Amino acid sequence: MIALAPQGLLARSIRGVVASPKAALALAICLLLVLAAIFAPILAPQNPYDLMQIDLFDGKLPPLSRGYNGQLYLLGTDTQGRDMLSAMLYGLRTSLAVGVTAGVLALAVGTSLGLLAAYAGGRVDATIMRFVDLMLGFPTILVALMILVVFGQGTGKVILALVFVQWAYFARAVRATAMVEAAKDYVEAARCLGLSSPRILFGHLLPNCLPPLIVIGTIQVANAIAAEATLSFLGIGLPITEPSLGLLIANGYQVLLAGTYWMSVYPGLLLLVLVFAINIVGDRLRIVLNPRLSQ
Amino acid sequence: MTAFVIRRIFQAALVLLATAVIVFIGVYAIGDPLEILLPGDATMAEREAVAQSLGLDKPLPVQFFTFLGNAVQGDFGRSFVYNRPAVDVILERLPATLELAFTALMISLILGIPLGLWAGTKPQSGVDETIMTGSILGFSMPNFWQGMMLIMVFSVALGWLPSTGRGETGTVLGMRTSFATWDGVAHLILPATNLALGQLALVIRLTRTGVQETMPLDFVKFARARGLSETRILLVHVMKNILIPIVTVIGVEFGSLIAFAVVTETIFAWPGVGKLIIDSIGALDRPIVVAYILVIVAMFIVINLIVDVLYSLLDPRVRARAA
Repeated sequence: MIALAPQGLLARSIRGVVASPKAALALAICLLLVLAAIFAPILAPQNPYDLMQIDLFDGKLPPLSRGYNGQLYLLGTDTQGRDMLSAMLYGLRTSLAVGVTAGVLALAVGTSLGLLAAYAGGRVDATIMRFVDLMLGFPTILVALMILVVFGQGTGKVILALVFVQWAYFARAVRATAMVEAAKDYVEAARCLGLSSPRILFGHLLPNCLPPLIVIGTIQVANAIAAEATLSFLGIGLPITEPSLGLLIANGYQVLLAGTYWMSVYPGLLLLVLVFAINIVGDRLRIVLNPRLSQ
Repeated sequence: MTAFVIRRIFQAALVLLATAVIVFIGVYAIGDPLEILLPGDATMAEREAVAQSLGLDKPLPVQFFTFLGNAVQGDFGRSFVYNRPAVDVILERLPATLELAFTALMISLILGIPLGLWAGTKPQSGVDETIMTGSILGFSMPNFWQGMMLIMVFSVALGWLPSTGRGETGTVLGMRTSFATWDGVAHLILPATNLALGQLALVIRLTRTGVQETMPLDFVKFARARGLSETRILLVHVMKNILIPIVTVIGVEFGSLIAFAVVTETIFAWPGVGKLIIDSIGALDRPIVVAYILVIVAMFIVINLIVDVLYSLLDPRVRARAA
């Protein structure tokens, strides 16, 4: 089998996703939401965290109502008179930033350890894999809870907790693929050329381990976003100064029983659409990039 | 076999010890234990008394062994909020959480296995596509938000079911349970459904994969050749083969249901250990937090150990690989 160049892989991934109408739609939604998050300060009708722009008189207005100064609140306002749509766009920004950062860091840590395990073998492999098994045996939320209790709270700590619970998925997948690849002739050839271990690991083995990494990376970003939202909802995640979608929903929860639904329903729907769309793309990638299924 | 079990028990003890070390470092070495273990309004005299009784003047390793010694005897200190031993408070609330997790597990099995069988027997069909997309939706939906939507629809809008608390419990066979009264069952429905939905997606996927892997096997063809009905082949012959992986995964997942009960209990004000831990983190009731983490991790390790041992009994291949 000819090793695929990364460029070919990217093209193959995109072609595969677009070939399914469902996945293509999901991918379009993902891109749209990423753009909305990046351009939130331009798109949002108001800056929800600039106290000059919000008006307490406009508190708890239902969707489509007009405010004290006649401005339209498309999705209503929260208890402090903040435009929900604007708050959601800023929340999306925070949620995506935390989720993607955690996902990428977990990918880096997990991939390095997985490659190392596969390449070094023996005692190193056994030790790393014992930790992987251990991590995968515990539920995400329990480990994250433990880390946040031990290290305290804050944005950095949340990302640390998410990386800690996710690296093992990458490590396991990379190791499994790399074990197969390491036995192939091209690795032997690289060794004979006297190339250094890091060069063989990252230059030769890694490109051939990319397909499972792309799939797991996609799904883990979705998981990280959902996990951060959950932790923030529980009050042990992001600080109030950085309101993610989870924190917005938590605020809406306080008034839900009184029948004020829009403060929790809309941010929740946005979170659901985001996570669902990423997972649909991930599921499609799993089918497209799985060599067993595509043959 | 005995060697396998002994090795697994040894590993389990090691993991528990590692957890104790991490928690110890977090609570005793990084933070100021007095800050954490004393209520904010403690006087200087109280501080000195506690510092002395905890042996905080001694070096860290000595302190660690004192902590470990107390922990082994189930002594994690007294809760500031309840003013009772932390372990007692936790054990008292554990049954409510176990009841919730068990009910959720049953719901996910009763709905998930039939749906998985249905999707598995009709691969690539509209039914399969719908069920599988539904299951992605199921695990994409943040648990806490899904619970809030249940409350909004069934409690606020329709007024059918209560949304907070555990309701009346009755005593059946010496156990206090919600199943004894209608009020108890009514209070259990929404939280158990909330907890079950995430699990449901997993059961559906496992069952579907199992069916698809088992259907092409020879014994299924042979059963067909004997003229058995498709229903019988599916429900008896195929079922038997896919139950082993389902049972194993479910065993491990029961532990994660207990962990995820943290979310459900917070939303539905269910008086179990999950709500307790979140309340305790908020109230800085650290003895409870430490006790919760160690008790839950211990429980988890025991469940994993039992599942591993059971699995190796059911499937000799696992035993051979582990040896």
